[in-house]
Amino acid sequence: MEKIINLTLKVWRQNGSKAKGRFETYKVNNVSTDSSFLEMMDMLNEQLVSEDKVPVAFDHDCREGICGTCSLYINGRPHGPDDDVTTCQLHMRKFTDGQTITIEPWRSTAFPVIYDLMVDRRAFDKIISAGGYVSVNTGGVPDANAIPIAKADADESMDSASCIGCGACVAACKNGSAMLFVSAKVSQLAMLPQGRIEASRRAKAMVAKMDELGFGNCTNTGACEVECPKNISLSNIARLNREFLYAKFQD
Amino acid sequence: MSKINARTPEGPLAQKWTNYKDHQKLVNPSNKRKLDVIIIGTGLAGASAAASLGEMGFNVKNFCIQDSPRRAHSIAAQGGINAAKNYPNDGDSVFRLFYDTIKGGDYRSREANVHRLAEVSNSIIDQCVAQGVPFAREYGGLLDNRSFGGAQVSRTFYAKGQTGQQLLLGAYQALMRQVNLGTVTMYTRTELVEIVLVDGKARGIISRDLVTGELQRHFGHAVVLATGGYGNTFFLSTNAMGSNGSALIKAYQKGAMFANPCMAQIHPTCIPVHGESQSKLTLMSESLRNDGRIWVPKKKEDAEAIRSGKLKATQIAEENRDYYLERRYPAFGNLVPRDVASRAAKERCDAGFGVGATGLAVYLDFKSSIDRLGQKTIEDRYGNLFQMYEKIVDENPYETPMMIYPAMHYTMGGIWVDYELQTTIPGLFAAGEANFSDHGANRLGASALMQGLADGYFVLPYTLQNYLADEIHTKRMTTNEPEFVDAEKAVKERFAQLMGIKGKRSVDSLHKELGLVMWDFVGMGRNKKGLEDAIKKIAAIKKEFWTNVRIPGDQSGMNVELEKASRLADFIEIGDLMARDALNREESCGGHFREEYQTPEGEALRQDDKFAYVSCWEYKGEQQEPELHKEELIYETVKMVQRNYK
Repeated sequence: MEKIINLTLKVWRQNGSKAKGRFETYKVNNVSTDSSFLEMMDMLNEQLVSEDKVPVAFDHDCREGICGTCSLYINGRPHGPDDDVTTCQLHMRKFTDGQTITIEPWRSTAFPVIYDLMVDRRAFDKIISAGGYVSVNTGGVPDANAIPIAKADADESMDSASCIGCGACVAACKNGSAMLFVSAKVSQLAMLPQGRIEASRRAKAMVAKMDELGFGNCTNTGACEVECPKNISLSNIARLNREFLYAKFQD
Repeated sequence: MSKINARTPEGPLAQKWTNYKDHQKLVNPSNKRKLDVIIIGTGLAGASAAASLGEMGFNVKNFCIQDSPRRAHSIAAQGGINAAKNYPNDGDSVFRLFYDTIKGGDYRSREANVHRLAEVSNSIIDQCVAQGVPFAREYGGLLDNRSFGGAQVSRTFYAKGQTGQQLLLGAYQALMRQVNLGTVTMYTRTELVEIVLVDGKARGIISRDLVTGELQRHFGHAVVLATGGYGNTFFLSTNAMGSNGSALIKAYQKGAMFANPCMAQIHPTCIPVHGESQSKLTLMSESLRNDGRIWVPKKKEDAEAIRSGKLKATQIAEENRDYYLERRYPAFGNLVPRDVASRAAKERCDAGFGVGATGLAVYLDFKSSIDRLGQKTIEDRYGNLFQMYEKIVDENPYETPMMIYPAMHYTMGGIWVDYELQTTIPGLFAAGEANFSDHGANRLGASALMQGLADGYFVLPYTLQNYLADEIHTKRMTTNEPEFVDAEKAVKERFAQLMGIKGKRSVDSLHKELGLVMWDFVGMGRNKKGLEDAIKKIAAIKKEFWTNVRIPGDQSGMNVELEKASRLADFIEIGDLMARDALNREESCGGHFREEYQTPEGEALRQDDKFAYVSCWEYKGEQQEPELHKEELIYETVKMVQRNYK
């Protein structure tokens, strides 16, 4: 049932990438528990505008958990206290009246803060750019049914492909590793005959780019899998390691 | 000569595209490198066009407002993509896909464009599979299909309930490959704020870096708008928060015609509004109508008891349920097109049979499918959608029926384009949802993905090349030309004006006000008096906006409120155009339902003798009314008839 709650927010404010950040405390009252977390943030911003103050900047777009734009470290967890959701799908029924909520940006060397709660995740694009694709041009490809793929393989590939590139895995990792993100793409494509052909090359190129961009190493703590809103499995990392070792072995 | 010339190729319908390709002009590889193409947007149309043109060797600059091209709103499309493969052997063909799309669009789209769309649909599936898009498969290893509204065949390819995501990631990856190869330069968190014309041709843009606030000038031999639709005019819609119609308004104000602005699609299956703080609406895929049955209580007292919380859906006996779509449309049942399903839901709720606390909801029930197929099958098909529903509504749809209600979803209208996807401004092209071309008055499910990718992978690479072939002697311009300097100056002044208002109202409060006017008067049911009122109300909102909006902060650096204000100023213009167009179109067709024009059974009643045309609106200046031009729709192949899904 819907309830109305009052909250105290401790929000990270940072006036640009070079500026020094700080926490600001705000009160937000009369929040419906049926509202989403970001709707609560809208209420805060509406309040700030009415006081002629600069609203809190945060990344968000589709608000249905698929675009991967929203981020936020909420009370010490990427995407907040619910499981298997992004911040935009988090609802206020997960909070209680009078609670204090601490809201921070992703904190990771490879994702520098741009402004308030926004971070720069272009490093992910650079990793994909290094090899996260099948090298085919438009046109001149075979008929779609010319390449049969076992249903189990297609389904597993689809599970890996569900990654939304939000960066929660990196934010959750004490080493700031991007292994879950990289391995999901490597696995998705390696499991399909179309992607198999350049699997080794892809794994090497993406890992090299990841290392170059300042992401940390994987020490198998599994925090990424726990916090992944899309349940991307650690088994992807095992598969990436296999591909990578095989590629190195061939060199 | 009329300003409107669709430039449809000669020859029989099925030969037009082949004839066009056989005779179009080409650009040789060494000249391609010297030609710059600006593409705005990285959704299915923008990313696929940028990747394909980059592969061909053109020098592409691609822009998006998001932090990564992978986040464009195409990513949220759930259900699937149509193609005429006829893999299930159920009678599909290119002609049938063409015919269904024309009929679904209620005979208000251009035959030649739609036929081309159906022709290239099969190549899209081949392309996506080659890229590694993990479409759903049968146990034999071949591709699986499902059915969608408005068709009696199964022609929809899908990747769980995340088809848009997988297709977009395929296009995004192809795009990033070109970025790596140096043929495409990517500009993220960058917004188009003006289109630059030199000697009447589109030659570039002014963009704003959303992080630094800096204005930048970019030259291009051609400019492509692939910026999506303008559904967010309604404030509440299934569109992403950042989706906006500003690029379309910039084009319109520079002389491109705005076509059929009133043609907007209200999607029947969305999660109902919960309250005042609602920021957007979430779609539940149309594919759910394959296995879900839509109903409301048969008795008003039951509906009232449900609304006051005294009765639950599961307590209503089978004989007291009204499966109104199955009752009204026995041939198509729950799979009638979206406009028909939306109006039918509104009709039942207006008549007092709605459920949920507000009475603005109907049930979508999976019980009979779960009984027939087992929960596991339903979970495999729609698991992620059911999870999404449960997270938002806090109810388990495996046990209790979903509640749904129509919401603004997609705009069939857009910038007018000819057969080559070129606007009335030479060198300015529009692709995907941003143009008006393929869906007429109503878009069929799983056809938006098809159109976006058709335009980007298989149409623009030909038609844009045909245009650029005449531009090989045009040298790259410096952006110090007076046209660029003046355009940038005008943009600066506009932003300074917005910042200078220093009023009392927040951008969102004004946007919500506009949205309510749109929903009440320019929504599912429209009439003359309501539309006339709406035009006045929108003018009042416009005045309030330009005298009383408050934008904290300043113009330099990041300013999210300024971005929103600038987009809202353009939504207000679009709202006015939508209302004007709806007022002009004295008929009902597809998603445009004028209450004065309906059959005795309440179905849309077209006036083919008067309105078988595309409304093309020409901007005449700030204080002037826009001028209406007409592109007559001539049907050579299909005979216009009353749509019948009974």
